[in-house]
Amino acid sequence: MNLLLKNARVVDPSAGIDGSNDVLIEDGRIARVASRITASAATTLDLAGLCVCPGFIDMHVHLREPGQEWKETIATGTRAAAAGGFTGVACMPNTQPPIDSRSVVEFVLAQAREHGTVPVYPIGCVSKGQLGVELAEMGDMAVAGARAFSDDGKPVASAGLMRRALEYSKIFDLPVIDHCEEPTLVVGGVVHEGEVATRLGLSGWPGVAEDVMVSRDILLAEYTGGAIHIAHMSTGRSADLVRRAKGVGIRVTCEVTPHHFALTDEAVSEYDTHAKMNPPLRSESDRQALLAAIADGTVDAIATDHAPHNTDEKCVEFSHAPFGVVGLETAVSICLDRLVHGGVIGLSRMVELLTSGPATILRLKKGSLREGDDADITVLDLERRVVVTASAFESKSVNTPFGGWARRGGPVMTIVSGRIVHDARSRPR
Amino acid sequence: MKLKSPHLLGIEPMTADEITLILDTAEGFSDIAAREIKKVPTLRGKTVVNFFVEPSTRTRSSFEVAEKRLSADLLNFSTSTSSLVKGETLLDTLRNLEAMSPDFIVLRHSEAGAPHFLARHGHTPIVNAGDGAHEHPTQALLDAFTIRRRKDRLAGLKVAIVGDILHSRVARSNVHLLTKMGAEVVVCGPPTLIPRGFERLGARVTYRMDEAIEGADVVMMLRIQRERMTGGFFPTLREYATFYGLDASRLKRAARDAIVMHPGPINRGVEIMGDVADGEASVILDQVRSGVAVRMAVLYLLAGGDRESAAQER
Repeated sequence: MNLLLKNARVVDPSAGIDGSNDVLIEDGRIARVASRITASAATTLDLAGLCVCPGFIDMHVHLREPGQEWKETIATGTRAAAAGGFTGVACMPNTQPPIDSRSVVEFVLAQAREHGTVPVYPIGCVSKGQLGVELAEMGDMAVAGARAFSDDGKPVASAGLMRRALEYSKIFDLPVIDHCEEPTLVVGGVVHEGEVATRLGLSGWPGVAEDVMVSRDILLAEYTGGAIHIAHMSTGRSADLVRRAKGVGIRVTCEVTPHHFALTDEAVSEYDTHAKMNPPLRSESDRQALLAAIADGTVDAIATDHAPHNTDEKCVEFSHAPFGVVGLETAVSICLDRLVHGGVIGLSRMVELLTSGPATILRLKKGSLREGDDADITVLDLERRVVVTASAFESKSVNTPFGGWARRGGPVMTIVSGRIVHDARSRPR
Repeated sequence: MKLKSPHLLGIEPMTADEITLILDTAEGFSDIAAREIKKVPTLRGKTVVNFFVEPSTRTRSSFEVAEKRLSADLLNFSTSTSSLVKGETLLDTLRNLEAMSPDFIVLRHSEAGAPHFLARHGHTPIVNAGDGAHEHPTQALLDAFTIRRRKDRLAGLKVAIVGDILHSRVARSNVHLLTKMGAEVVVCGPPTLIPRGFERLGARVTYRMDEAIEGADVVMMLRIQRERMTGGFFPTLREYATFYGLDASRLKRAARDAIVMHPGPINRGVEIMGDVADGEASVILDQVRSGVAVRMAVLYLLAGGDRESAAQER
């Protein structure tokens, strides 16, 4: 089916486009972006008042399959992605068994082909069994389709192993993603170490634990020439470290989550387990520093760290609850409301953080609307009023800290390879 | 005057007037212990569940005595945290307890926020008998009651709290209570056991014990848990005792009529030396005595009573 998207504002930062245009899609690929296209053989959609962007990519998602299918599956997670405006997701390897071998990479890709709504880009483990001891078969996984390596959920505690991973990953030109925390500094921690933790009597998870690991990883990236990507950066000091490292040409990139730039540790004040995540929500000064880093180009990508957990698992004592929140179906609205309408950045920069930013890090030929590219498209309504209703989520899990939030702007249509996989234009949300 | 909340979750959300109400009401209950028949009919027909998910001897005994003296029926339900983690969830336990229609649940739990969890998910008034490192409101109330009896006031007193502040719910509740009532509070301990941002709770922080107790009207010592040593917070108990133990010579720095408190159980020779614990300045057993009266007052007020009718009940 060929599609002609008419009268929209087309925003493609990778091609320097931001203006009223039509987009013609033929055989699942972008055929043309120009004003006033006519094509009789295509289904025409009038998207006046809406924005057409390259498809958004969430480079940090937990799909929980294999092993924890009661929380999420590849089918439900990719449906949630489509509903949230994402045309592709990179899934983290902390499954059961972990994605630490070619066969598990192939399983994930097969499930995604069979049951997925949007493409899945698997991330393989750095170490066998995610145990932090020996390198996993990174080459085998890369050949099978892994897009990066990470022991996410756990940091790579051994500096020696991280050095080897950064060196070895150069063969495949793929990045190593680190979940940065120095384990001995966060023992027992459940919330950001600061006034809120002290008042609530909860064990602290200090920002310096992240900063120590970010510094180590930057130094190792410089020494090895490997590419390091800092997952869900949460502190102002880490942003400073990344900014300075980039300034001297070290191969470091980083992502920030919507919850870290929209919330602070005050959200925990009623022991709300929906505000418990790792890394924890930080202080207001950290949040402001993250916004500054998003605005000045230090941050390369916005990623959700979508971490589904069953309601019963979260409905326990705060310290016993698992870390993590879902994000796929709220992220784009939070970005539009807080970053664009909030005056932090323009729409084009926001689109970059969700498209060419993550695509470049994962070496994906995605994230732009150039002729011949896969026709992956996210359509936004900048003025749409959205109220977060967790019960309406496509995800199996509803553990969101944004329940009930009213926001301005949201995704309305998701197109993958020329096929409309989600269309909310007529549906109230 | 009545209490605003149906629960007693902590001192932090309370007003100075509410604290005064509880202390004044406790005065009315304190002489019951001296009577031949140590019982009033106030809570006759009411059921109190003492739900203890962490070992406790003195707090549970104190609540039990208070409940019995108020003529309540009580049910003791104790379990270990580990069995709750592995088996039934706290929410399911709450639902089972509530199916027996209790009028109050007194909860002791090793995790901060557990009483708030019960208050949010249940419909029974909750009394926090200590939650993790968060609050221990009835301890702070009985401490205040004890101080007030000795000093006739709380406002303007200088109170030093010494020990493991990081893990102490007693320290947090006392700082909230004493600062609300106008006392000046200084907390003291090794920097490894003082949590970040503690001064924003309203207390001054020092790492030097001599400075903390200089001129203090009240010296409150906290129990040091032996496992803190293995946790790497300080090298040895011997060294801890050298820097933060209260002995008679150190106590001389405090005000001449200073009182020494301890929530118990005490570690003789570690945070407090025997001669001080047994000495004239010590009010440690008065604290235990006050505990019963204060807990009677709390249950009475949460049951909807006011101070005037408490006087009549007597």
